[in-house]
Amino acid sequence: MKILGIETSCDDTSVALLDEHEGVLENLVSSQIDLHDHFGGVVPELASRAHLVNLLPLIDVLLTRRSLNLADIDGVAVTRGPGLIGALLVGLSTAKAICWAAGKPLAAVHHIEGHMLANELTAPMELPAAVLVVSGGHTEVILVREIGLYERLGWTLDDAAGECYDKCAQFMGLPYPGGPAVDRVAEGGDPGRFTFPRPLHKDPRVIFSFSGLKTAVRLEVERLPRPLSEQDVADVCHALREAVTDVLTRRLFQAAQEQGVRAVYLAGGVAANSLLRTRTAELATKRGLHFVAPDRAYCTDNAAMIAQAGLCRFRVGYRDDLSVDSFARQPVTSWLPLP
Amino acid sequence: MEHPLPDSGLFPLSRLSDGPEATFRLGERVSKLLRGGEIVLLWGPLGAGKTLFVQGVCRGLEVDDPEVNSPTFTLVNTYRGRLTVHHLDLYRLTEQDDLQDIGIEALLDDADAAEAVLLVEWPDPLLPWLGPRLEFMASHGEGEDERIWHLRGLPDVPESWAAMMEEI
Repeated sequence: MKILGIETSCDDTSVALLDEHEGVLENLVSSQIDLHDHFGGVVPELASRAHLVNLLPLIDVLLTRRSLNLADIDGVAVTRGPGLIGALLVGLSTAKAICWAAGKPLAAVHHIEGHMLANELTAPMELPAAVLVVSGGHTEVILVREIGLYERLGWTLDDAAGECYDKCAQFMGLPYPGGPAVDRVAEGGDPGRFTFPRPLHKDPRVIFSFSGLKTAVRLEVERLPRPLSEQDVADVCHALREAVTDVLTRRLFQAAQEQGVRAVYLAGGVAANSLLRTRTAELATKRGLHFVAPDRAYCTDNAAMIAQAGLCRFRVGYRDDLSVDSFARQPVTSWLPLP
Repeated sequence: MEHPLPDSGLFPLSRLSDGPEATFRLGERVSKLLRGGEIVLLWGPLGAGKTLFVQGVCRGLEVDDPEVNSPTFTLVNTYRGRLTVHHLDLYRLTEQDDLQDIGIEALLDDADAAEAVLLVEWPDPLLPWLGPRLEFMASHGEGEDERIWHLRGLPDVPESWAAMMEEI
């Protein structure tokens, strides 16, 4: 079975081709591929019109590279939401049109489910599991009972963890996106110099807040002499990364314990953060829980993870109706009937 | 992502908020004055309390959504309460980005029809689209938790809003 994946929920247009046996054959992201030949101009960074311009050429590139046409595809998986509604509609409408014209089944996938199932691209997941989904727009802990059966255990009251990294990076003069920059610079930081608060650490719920941490970092940075020295920035980044990672892992393992699951996973762009990966691995080993870090290539937004979510549906005979709509906001929902 | 802030001297009204709770209450009080159709811009540096203010407004409007959080990534969050709230955060945008691409016209139409209010953080990319609006700007006070909330109306601040500012 070959699945075409389409993801247009935010800035990047991505298409992928997944084979049931051979894995990811192609995973193209608009910002990482030169499409100038196709429309001879600058690729706009943002939003629906850019997706409109990028999407069909990307699908062409993908099919041409593999010498395939639409008849060779066994199904189409597309992000249904959450995200920018105009951007989502470009992907969803394109996917529906392909399914209708070529007579293929459709899978309309929740973006968060895609991130979680990116783990299946690394190795089959051990379920049930607690999954920490953490990116520029999301910070959630989700119980995956089995693929298609989800329960949201916790979320953020204000900013997402990735957003906290982005904004802190900005007032330290580090590039966007901030997460990878902070991660890199933090390696050279002095662990003993700064300590930042762990927001809501006394709250018994699986709940996050990063707005106060952002403010604490800003206040600390404002006290430092200008221009900021490399060492000062490294020391702040070290403490920031410690605080974020500590809060994230604490809640993930709390959720795992409360739910009595034997496996934990990471998902989303911040799952590429090296400290988060090593700390989660250490804590999992200590507690005797199963953990495999996801392939970094499939942590940020990509269509391979959407194709994987589609494959999981098609395998069990599930398909979505072509009348399915997109949504801007909605928690991840189960598509398997409750046992 | 350079976002210039307006000069606080251009805001005729200002009051001191002594911490996050006061900022939330200010939002709640503002919600009582909203009739639908208002466009409220929220200026202020990172960590000033803009999202907290929006959470207060949403509580006051009886928004039934446990997650009123930052739309920095999604650009627009829409909540349903006594009024519809379009919560925008244009932090990631620059002058070069076309707001038509995020469907701004539909959001402004909702406000024009008095069906929704727009609360906009980092609003500078939106200015060319706007007519009359209310603008808050939060700046830092003396203590770590203190914020000074400035208010102006273009063309002017309604009396009920001016009275509300007296109450902080």
